[in-house]
Amino acid sequence: MASDELRELYQEVILDHSKNPKNFKELDDASHQSQGHNPLCGDRLTLYLTVADGAIQDVGFKGAGCAISTASASMMTEALKGKTEAEADAIFGAFHDLVAGKVAEADSDVLGKLAVFGGVRDYPVRVKCATLAWHTLRAALVKTEEAVSTE
Amino acid sequence: MTVSSSAEVSTKRDFDVDRVRADFPGLHQTVHEKPLVFLDSAASAQKPQQVIDALSHFYAHDYANIHRGVHELSQRATKAYESARLKVQRFLGAPSEREVIFLRGTTEGINLVAQTYGRANVSEGDEVLITTMEHHSNIVPWQMLCEEKGARLMVGPINDRGEIEMDAFEELIGPRTKLVALGHVSNALGTVNPVKEIIGLAHERGIPVLLDGAQAAPHLRLDVVDLDCDFYTVSGHKMFGPSGIGALYVRESILEKMPPYQGGGDMISSVSFEKTTYNRLPFRFEAGTPNIAGAVGLGAAIDYLNELGMESIAAYEEELLDYGTEALRAVPGLRTIGEAGHKASVLSFVLEGIHPHDIGTILDQEGIAVRTGHHCAQPVMDRFGVPATARASLALYNTRADIDRLVQALDIVREVFG
Repeated sequence: MASDELRELYQEVILDHSKNPKNFKELDDASHQSQGHNPLCGDRLTLYLTVADGAIQDVGFKGAGCAISTASASMMTEALKGKTEAEADAIFGAFHDLVAGKVAEADSDVLGKLAVFGGVRDYPVRVKCATLAWHTLRAALVKTEEAVSTE
Repeated sequence: MTVSSSAEVSTKRDFDVDRVRADFPGLHQTVHEKPLVFLDSAASAQKPQQVIDALSHFYAHDYANIHRGVHELSQRATKAYESARLKVQRFLGAPSEREVIFLRGTTEGINLVAQTYGRANVSEGDEVLITTMEHHSNIVPWQMLCEEKGARLMVGPINDRGEIEMDAFEELIGPRTKLVALGHVSNALGTVNPVKEIIGLAHERGIPVLLDGAQAAPHLRLDVVDLDCDFYTVSGHKMFGPSGIGALYVRESILEKMPPYQGGGDMISSVSFEKTTYNRLPFRFEAGTPNIAGAVGLGAAIDYLNELGMESIAAYEEELLDYGTEALRAVPGLRTIGEAGHKASVLSFVLEGIHPHDIGTILDQEGIAVRTGHHCAQPVMDRFGVPATARASLALYNTRADIDRLVQALDIVREVFG
């Protein structure tokens, strides 16, 4: 039997997104694109963004990774649509504070569904998995040429 | 455990794993409220009390710098350090202690050979031959050398079972090949390579061979004379000794012509601003104060292994590996990566639809330590078309019960992801 702690990490919504990720696609008309890599576990993803009128109009990703990183990327893409860069940064800030255990409670006003990643705080080595897509997002928005690495 | 008398030698075949486990304090603890099952010895092995005590005793009683003091402690420390060298010499089957260099580990051993022998003997257009299954530490030093010299790094292919394709490998040994370098045992696949045959092929063409023995030393009886290899390097921490200490064997006829590695104290006979005369072998290759206690600890680890007998250890582990291979084969959706006919220690695998990193986290929650990732062998992962694997690696203190716990925990992995 899986322990409660494990269930806290691998919540159903996370498992669903890891098995059937949303926005798992390339964007032909992407205005921004970046690659993320976690060399410790071999996770790789490419993020595509279409930014227009100061807001993220569309977002997609491709790649292979663990359940946590895939679900995080999938749910991030859902959370980002229609957001401005400043709003996206605010979500990343709240998300990072949550998974790194810097706050006791998720800021659900900002995070919405992303609050399910709260279980990651008990698994310090998995924080990089949960934040890979977000670091890649930041790199895409500043149009970094180099692939993002968690190391 | 006491040192065995000759009368006890005949009973060495009776490998008593419970007695062995009692020597390793690190094994007897709970992790996430479950009894620890340590299946990550290929990354680094746990230490027996004998090694811990040797380090503690040396620091408490005999510690001083070596090779330079007239005082009692320096003499004791020098004796302990040089006695450890003799133990390594015998463990490797090296003809002379002059051929045994202490250094940090296998990585430094390979870098030393690349930076000294390699730089002196590899020129533009020459080739260094390795295999697809090498650890990054047996790839990158040669890449650096080849880049500097304008030489080419040649890579022998492996088959789907994780074995070297011998015909193709032999064809790659060409007129420009200056060195062949390969692992004795693969860290990612567990393959025991036919190194004696490969050394024979290389020597027929006058080419020296380096063996990365990091994964072989904890599991196999070594004999560099029987293998006829030219360079052999090991890491102490993988063979139940301290981290930060290892050894490099170099055939004396090669070593005496090799330029020094690092400059500094202890590697010289005399220094003036006009000219420095280098020390004799092997001290010429040991600049600076070495890891003295580490060498003493490595010597204690070798005593421990000798006490058990490498043949006994190998026989016990072979049976355990067979048991583990069969047990994992029964796990639905599991694919073993590395199915060579001759293997040691390593059970590398993937589960369909489940990333190895997730397997690792769930196993850890069940108290089971495995490694997940590319195992510093990314070309192997590419060869098998996987981003990573989960790797359970066995050592002399593992049991069938450990394997059973692993298989039970894999059921939980499948339940979570079901």
